[in-house]
Formats: sequence, structure tokens, C-alpha cells
Amino acid sequence: MKFAVIVFPGSNCDVDMYHAVKDELGEQVDLVWHDADNLDQYDGILLPGGFSYGDYLRSGAIAHMSKVMAAVKKAAEAGKPVLGVCNGFQILLESGLLPGAMLRNKNLKFICRTVELAVENNETMFTSLYEKGEKIRIPVAHGEGNYYCDDETLAKLQANNQIAFTYASDVNGSLSDIAGITNEKGNVLGMMPHPERAVDDLLGSADGLKLFQSIVKHWRDSHVVNA
Amino acid sequence: MYKVKVYVTLRESVLDPQGKAVQQSLSSLGYNGVEDVRIGKYMELQFDDTVTDVEGTVKEVCEKLLSNPVIEDYRYEIEESAKQ
Repeated sequence: MKFAVIVFPGSNCDVDMYHAVKDELGEQVDLVWHDADNLDQYDGILLPGGFSYGDYLRSGAIAHMSKVMAAVKKAAEAGKPVLGVCNGFQILLESGLLPGAMLRNKNLKFICRTVELAVENNETMFTSLYEKGEKIRIPVAHGEGNYYCDDETLAKLQANNQIAFTYASDVNGSLSDIAGITNEKGNVLGMMPHPERAVDDLLGSADGLKLFQSIVKHWRDSHVVNA
Repeated sequence: MYKVKVYVTLRESVLDPQGKAVQQSLSSLGYNGVEDVRIGKYMELQFDDTVTDVEGTVKEVCEKLLSNPVIEDYRYEIEESAKQ
């Protein structure tokens, strides 16, 4: 399976993402600059964390207008897995690939620590190797991760099982403790916590690895005859 | 030439933690009469004569980029300005 890690000016978790895939997952991966207009050769798209364009205007607002995002949308429409982490999640929200928006953390602080998440939906291509309700430890590092959407959107997210991860206890004021959501089709996941920073015990937690392994398993099940 | 002033604010239904912190800070300075603070953004856009539909363009850029309609409202003022 071949992944693309999209790099924007100001991305700073791109190399973590790259190494999580290359060294821990053992799959192919390229760093792809934001002016690329074709991602057809990739099976999965990863939008890393950071401060694309210095968070000018709003987090992710400028990045979502960049050339590569048309190709990311095309990949999403084709059903390929698209994962946005932290700033990557904010970019997916700005681009409309996921519903809702991010507000400043309720306590106005940049929160940087390992938190406990609950796996709400383990029937997605990103979470199939987790148990439903499994508690996992994944680091967060954000100032604007306070998820917000209107009541109607929240009801839809719940009805369609689009809430993939919640915080086990309130971290940033997010509505319904939402930490990660998928699109309706289930092939686009955005999450504030950083699974790529939790892929080896040496990093303090390896709980994020199963997320990447789930993506690969899903791909192999549908692409490799003797998987 | 037109100068356009754009104001972007969080929608009324959305909590503004930053505004709340400023309101509390004002209150601790003794300004107890300041009941509420909402923080927003102010932008100035300068249009040249090649733009024929200024108002339509302003609305378009506000909705596409300058504001996020999920959480923000915008309003604008268009002023004619002399050639520089």
C-alpha cells in the first residue's frame, strides 16, 4: 500500500507521520508538497498536523484552498482512505470533507499531553482492529480542538455512527467529547489526537499503530487476492 | 476604487471563550458594567477598477474564505475611495 503525506508550509508533524508509516507500519510512503495536482498513484492520503500557513485567518483556512486539496477531494470521492490529524483535521473541516468547525480550547490553553480516548465506532476502515469501547492512550497537542457543530449535524453524526473517537474525559470543551469523526461514507477520518506519535512503546504508547494497521488491512482485504 | 471593511464575528449561538476571558479580566479591573465581550476580526480590502460587481465579489470571498459559515457571521461596508 502506498501513502502520501501532504506537506504544507508550516506542517510540522509530516515527518512523524512519514516515519510511522515507513518504519512502524512498513508500507510505502512519500512526502508530497501542497502544489501537487495528482494523487492517483497513492492508495491512502495523510494530512499531518502543524500550523499550515501559520494558522493565518483560521486554522486550515488557507491550506484548504491549495492545489493539492482538489486531488485530496478526488481521492476521497474515489473511496480512498483520507486521514487528517490535528491541523489535518482542521483542513478537512475547512474544505467541507467533514462537517463542523474548531473553536479555541475552552480553557484557552494549548494542550499538550497524552489523553485517553474511547473507540466509539470500530466498524470503520480506520478502527477495525480496535475493540468497540476500547480505551487507548494518544497524545494531543492543539490550541483549537474544541469541536463544534450545530444540533442537526450532531444528530446526523450520531445516527450515522460517524463519531469514531471520543475523549474519555473532557479535554478541550469539544461537543459530546468528540475527538475524531468520519464522513458519511466512512473513508475520511479527522481526529485531533496524534496516532502517529503513538506507534511504538518507546514513544510512551503504541496504541495508535492499530489505526494505521486497520487502514492497511482494509486495503489488503479489497486489493490483494490471497490476503 | 473601493475600500471594503469586513467584520467577522462568532455566531451568537457559539460560545466565545476568548471574549469571556476578556470580559472577566475587565470585570477584575473594576469594569463590572461590561456584561459581555465578543471578539472578532476586522479586515480591509482594497478593490481596483477591474472588479465590476464589488458587492457580489465581497459576499463571495466572505463565504469562500474570509469567514467560516459554520461558526462565523460576517458583515461589510463598501466605501468609494479616491485613486491613489
